[in-house]
Amino acid sequence: MIAMRPRGSIHGNRALAGWLFVAPAAIIVGLFVLVPVLMAAWVSVSDWSGIGPPFAEGVNFVGAENYAELLGGTGLATRDLGTALRNNLFYVLLVVPLQTAIALGLAILVNRRVMRARGFFRTAFYFPSVTSSVAIVVLWLFLFSATGPVNKVLSWIWIDGPNWFQDPRGIFHIVLGAFGITGQDNPLAAANFLGISGWEWVAGPSVAMSAFILMAVFTTSGTFMLLFIAALQQINAEVEEAAMTDGANAWQRFWYVTLPMLKPIVFTVVTLGLIGTWQVFDQIYVGTQGGPAKTTLTPAYLSFSAAFNNHDWPRGAAIAFILFAIIVVLTVLQRLWIGRTEVGR
Amino acid sequence: MTHRFPRVPAILAASALLLAACGSGFESEAPGSTPPGSADPGSSTDASTPAEPGADLTILIGSSGDAETNLVNDLVAEWSAESGVNAEVVVASDLNQQLSQGFSSNNPPDLFYLSTDQMAAYAATDSLEPYAESLSNADDFYPNLREAFTYDGQFMCAPKDFSTLALIINEDMWTDAGLTEDDIPTTWEELASVAEQLTTDERVGLAYGPEVQRIGVFMAEAGGAFIDDDGTTAVVDSPENAEALQYVKDQMAAGSFSYSSDLGAGWGGEAFGNGLAAMVIEGNWIAGAMTNDFPDVNYIVAELPEGPGGKGTIQYTNCWGMAALSDNIPGAISLVEHLTSTESQLAAAEAFGVMPSVASAAEEWKSAFPEFAAFIDGAEYAINLPSQPGTGDVIADFNSQLETLPATEPETILASVQQSLQAALDDQ
Repeated sequence: MIAMRPRGSIHGNRALAGWLFVAPAAIIVGLFVLVPVLMAAWVSVSDWSGIGPPFAEGVNFVGAENYAELLGGTGLATRDLGTALRNNLFYVLLVVPLQTAIALGLAILVNRRVMRARGFFRTAFYFPSVTSSVAIVVLWLFLFSATGPVNKVLSWIWIDGPNWFQDPRGIFHIVLGAFGITGQDNPLAAANFLGISGWEWVAGPSVAMSAFILMAVFTTSGTFMLLFIAALQQINAEVEEAAMTDGANAWQRFWYVTLPMLKPIVFTVVTLGLIGTWQVFDQIYVGTQGGPAKTTLTPAYLSFSAAFNNHDWPRGAAIAFILFAIIVVLTVLQRLWIGRTEVGR
Repeated sequence: MTHRFPRVPAILAASALLLAACGSGFESEAPGSTPPGSADPGSSTDASTPAEPGADLTILIGSSGDAETNLVNDLVAEWSAESGVNAEVVVASDLNQQLSQGFSSNNPPDLFYLSTDQMAAYAATDSLEPYAESLSNADDFYPNLREAFTYDGQFMCAPKDFSTLALIINEDMWTDAGLTEDDIPTTWEELASVAEQLTTDERVGLAYGPEVQRIGVFMAEAGGAFIDDDGTTAVVDSPENAEALQYVKDQMAAGSFSYSSDLGAGWGGEAFGNGLAAMVIEGNWIAGAMTNDFPDVNYIVAELPEGPGGKGTIQYTNCWGMAALSDNIPGAISLVEHLTSTESQLAAAEAFGVMPSVASAAEEWKSAFPEFAAFIDGAEYAINLPSQPGTGDVIADFNSQLETLPATEPETILASVQQSLQAALDDQ
């Protein structure tokens, strides 16, 4: 930004020119981002019915009623939000670490100077990122259908594959069930948070959601690989040579030298991953619309469906703001955490 | 680096999406409005067309395909030529969303397809013109279709057509199993026994989607209901409904009934066409799918068997919703009269396989499509699914619980749905 010291007319004009230059962007951002956000904030605390403008007469302020219904109730609204948050939580917990680790691994592989055809592999790994997510979802629905290629391949190794996108069983429940632990007489079943029992909270992602998790890892690893490659290329070869001279083996060089130097980019990748995964919408809209048995319902999709399908606009807006709050809190927490711990110690 | 990352742009975009609908303050383009070149319905009262015919009409439809689009276009053009009113048909890509945007920007289409559950939501905010009683053919509509579109005692909008569910039987599998026309099941016991006979390693006897929109027929046949007659009390957790779900659950455990999704099919018709099920519960839309995708499969359509409570099926219908804000209500009413006339509806039946919503067309329809008579016979006893505002969520929740029916007690599911449904009814 241009310094705005009021020293003579030349500088004054310079400030004006600066403002003129940023004006188009400021107006566009204000009109298409700031104003809609403020309007949505108003809708979330109003009883707007979706008919006519939300600032018209007859639209009343209802305080935190919409939020209370979602967070404090015992009804369907609370249960749906609880289910959506649970689903998305497992999605985030699995996708973010996996995609970060795989992206880093791919970046290190294709960054090797001795590797042949690394241009080809870089392009191949990045390709899913530039493909439309709708196209990939359709491909995924085909691959993971009951009699699709994935189950064909599994049958070669005598595994009877599940009916992926129709299977609502949580994978942790399946594993626990194998050890004879079920929801019956389980102490967790009595606990209750956001309308969902403790036993349901530990269900893990459903088989259907697992297919989406694999998809997210497949599509975004390439994107983040690009960021890691850029960061790796910033590291001087001398650093690694010095470590070699000191007698560090390959693993020690990676863990004590390379990874700490990548810390800022790891932070970026995890933050971007966290934000992106909490907002998963398009895959759900195109693929499953929340089913089977609501196990792929996510807050972003719930917000859309509350507003557009059920005409409950205030609830839809309130869900969007609850999601916003979750993302902000998690990002701050994660920043404090990564900022404090030294990677590799 | 660490200080710069996008500040949750997609959340903002989501909020913007929500509010794209409240753009009336800005000069927003509402998808429901007319494309450039034709007059805007909000400003064309002082018409450019000759004084008498009235303002232009915009009609928003959600079309099943070219056959439907072309037919509606032809019918509307016919009426336009007669009345002198310009009318434009817009095919929606996402009907609910485009309708929402039209209403929130105070610029809705004049006429539009409207489902029963959406009807209640719009009627509750006085957005609909309750015109249907004033139609010249108002009494010709089937009584339970009128009931589906009645809100607060007012017949809101004219049913444009309807569908019912029936039992679709694969003829070749039927005869191969040594069954004859006399064996077509008329009771639950007979249904269970023929389903068992038709079940082999490769297929099940009967399949249906994992949703109350299909399984609900058993609840109707058992004499169960969702809401009592005065529409204020939920009656889902009745012994009749429990009996129906238990019947379904038992047959599924025996392996002769199955969810189409468990067979790897997107819907019943797909399972049926691919030979994964010998019988399915589907509506008359299956005819089009069979002709297009599985022309080699021979099938019979029979009425659903009687349960302990008698005959039962579910009907689905849409109406011609009319915006209260329309500038040419008399014109729109006259257009609906044309669109719902016996001739127009028979043409629609011919073109894309729907059933006419007026009783006067029934006989002609039956003689034109004798093999589908079971569908229209269902009109007499078909029930409507709940459509009060807020019940859509409850039905969706019911469906999600039905997916776990094989492992859950019917009473548990019904008790949970009862509670949610009563809460939704109390909210009104």
